[in-house]
Amino acid sequence: MTKYVTRFGSLASYEKGGVEIIDDDPKRYAFSNIFEVASRSKPYAKVAVGKNMQYVLEVIRAEGTSEWRAAAHDEFALVMDGEVEIRLLKLADPSGVRPNHEGSIRLSGEPAGRKMGRVRARRGHMTLLPAGAAYQFHADRPGVVLLQTIAGQDTQYRWSEICQTM
Amino acid sequence: MSVQTVSDVKATGPNEHGYRRFSLGELTFARDEYFVYIKWPTGRHVMSADGFLRALQRDVAWEFFYGIVNFDGVIGTVNHYGTVDLFAGRYNDAYRKAELDHLENFPTPLIKATFKAILEDWTNSTFDPFASPHETGTAFGPKAGDNRAAVTRRRVAAKRMVGVPEDEALRSDANGFPINRHFVDVPQDEPEVVVEPGFEGQVSAFNLFAYLSRSNVTWNPSVVSVCKDSLYCPTTEEYILPIIHGNDRVEWFVQLSDEIYWDVEDRDTGAVRAKVVMKPGDVAAMPADIRHQGYSPKRAMLLVWENASPDLPALIASGKAPTNPVNF
Repeated sequence: MTKYVTRFGSLASYEKGGVEIIDDDPKRYAFSNIFEVASRSKPYAKVAVGKNMQYVLEVIRAEGTSEWRAAAHDEFALVMDGEVEIRLLKLADPSGVRPNHEGSIRLSGEPAGRKMGRVRARRGHMTLLPAGAAYQFHADRPGVVLLQTIAGQDTQYRWSEICQTM
Repeated sequence: MSVQTVSDVKATGPNEHGYRRFSLGELTFARDEYFVYIKWPTGRHVMSADGFLRALQRDVAWEFFYGIVNFDGVIGTVNHYGTVDLFAGRYNDAYRKAELDHLENFPTPLIKATFKAILEDWTNSTFDPFASPHETGTAFGPKAGDNRAAVTRRRVAAKRMVGVPEDEALRSDANGFPINRHFVDVPQDEPEVVVEPGFEGQVSAFNLFAYLSRSNVTWNPSVVSVCKDSLYCPTTEEYILPIIHGNDRVEWFVQLSDEIYWDVEDRDTGAVRAKVVMKPGDVAAMPADIRHQGYSPKRAMLLVWENASPDLPALIASGKAPTNPVNF
């Protein structure tokens, strides 16, 4: 009987595919690799690897402890490599997160509020970052998070660095 | 405005093979033991019955999806989100130049009712159009029963995220979703979730990869998380995407596991544009003016990321939104 092996990528081991152009411009495919982007990122930089109008997919290198952030809308963190603790907090003063603001905002220092709980997530685990709640990531060793969110002031665009151009 | 109902479906009695013949506008659809025959005023076309049913299944289940669903290089549909074009040769350069192409527009309820009726009548008890070829029986032969349970599967569409209270349920052996034979090595551990008193139901996480390892369908994007119009629609892929998807908006792919090869063609003419090879962790956009078809040698996890905004097709068609995902 055939034994099937499922292949995932990681910071330590990934292999990129690519676009083979027949009659087009490779830039139109914005082809990149999550693990390559994370391997070249500073901890908790939010690097866009996908963009569709205001919506983005951000790659985050999880390493050490992040700042606290919050958004007025739900976000979703999918761990692609490593183990990441996600801490959630109900803000005592939510006025800093305007209801219609899109994208997450950085919160200064340790925000005041009630602990909601925490999630210890490994590869393949998806966590809801609820609208209006503050969240913080922590990883003892480097990991990778793919974040489903809306572009914000801290979203970084490095298309020419991360995408196939030829 | 009149309401179209199933009673508007036009069909004959069974032919010598046991299958009914259907008509929709000036197009007719018939099948025998091996093939489907489609005729329109200026032409006719033959498709293998298994390929036709796989394409038809997705068109019905996806409510005609985003943009164009090409059953092959000749037949397909265009979703106008309220009405649907059914075409023959319209997106085929040779048919267009020969002026043999044909297109008719129908209210969505009418074409959906007709397609559902064809699907139910022509799918035998041995065949599951959503399953991989290795996991289903034959589509061929004279009519032999039906497989209504398979062709009327409910499409998963989370309102917020799979696993949160009152949303789509997780999959397990107990609720009829065993691990697929290609994914027996996928870890099934769940995240450790600690909830403080007073926040029950507000802290949620689940193992997406384990969830996908238990999918019993192929090439069927289903919503697992929702950020306004941003939809995560992961799917498990094995063998060949049964349709050629023509985009009416930019669509993004994130390869979660294994490997898929994509053929990319011009959406309107079918001219070859590119080949895309995607490996774990790769991210690629499909521009809004192409069509694509994927090949997956081993069952693979693919995250399809969609912007479901109803405004997008008009914005792109009018040039107010670009066909390219990003400019750099």
